[in-house]
Amino acid sequence: MKSLAELQAIKEKMQNKVALRDGSGEMRVVVGMATCGIAAGARPVLSAFVEEIANEGLAGKVTVSQTGCIGICQYEPVVEIMEAGKDKVTYVQMTPEKAKRVVEEHIKGGKVVAEFTLANKA
Amino acid sequence: MKELSLNILDISKNSVKAGATLTQILLDETEEKLTLKIIDDGCGMKKEMVESVTDPFTTTRTTRPVGMGIPLLKLAAEMTDGSFTIESRHFEEYPENHGTEVTAIFNKNHIDFTPLGDVTASVTTLIQGSPNADFLFKHTLPNGEVSVDTRELREQLGDVPLDTFEVILWIEEYLKEQYEALNN
Repeated sequence: MKSLAELQAIKEKMQNKVALRDGSGEMRVVVGMATCGIAAGARPVLSAFVEEIANEGLAGKVTVSQTGCIGICQYEPVVEIMEAGKDKVTYVQMTPEKAKRVVEEHIKGGKVVAEFTLANKA
Repeated sequence: MKELSLNILDISKNSVKAGATLTQILLDETEEKLTLKIIDDGCGMKKEMVESVTDPFTTTRTTRPVGMGIPLLKLAAEMTDGSFTIESRHFEEYPENHGTEVTAIFNKNHIDFTPLGDVTASVTTLIQGSPNADFLFKHTLPNGEVSVDTRELREQLGDVPLDTFEVILWIEEYLKEQYEALNN
């Protein structure tokens, strides 16, 4: 069974990492998590991003956060990816499977998955 | 919503938005009934707002004039011949003990009962999305209890934020193990 004391180990590990993280290229993954997003399946999409990014060792480079209604409820789950100096990319009608591909091809590989973007739907 | 746990995630976000420092999510389950209570110490609502929150055309969102969160939870409870109540104390009137309390009671054996679903995922997602707020989650079942209190996690973690990937994955496993222990 897990015990709260295990968090101490995570704490120590993180404190060593903080110095390394400074100056790394920031990338932000933002998942729409209002009622519309949640009803359309945003929760497993968010979990998939968190898991994949952690598994791929990208935790120092990428942050995952949640936002409210983006206003295009019919396209939920909506995920936006922001990176300094680059245009924002909006992925629509996301699923955990699509999230895995975005982590692999876009976040890791630097290539936007055009077929999942809003631009491709409009 | 396909799972009640999604309603729980959705409604608890209102508490965070209301500036709650602590949001308690309490599930009490017997063979027949499921009682959900969400209690926060946020800013509270004025009487007029409390009266209109079950109306889908009342919302705090700025992108669309429709808010389905509360109406959907109320409907889910009432469909099972259960009940839904919301009580609130606005900070202007109650500067010391403001906040909101939502109670939904479900008849589990009713044909229209929506399954609870993945509560672990909802609680984890809630913490991930609001790492600066505190949550107490407690699920009381006939054979035991599952719980997590972010204030206790914070004591161990010090400055390390709750939305650190490893911490979030740890919380998920922590809850999963507690549920598995009850099932065995």
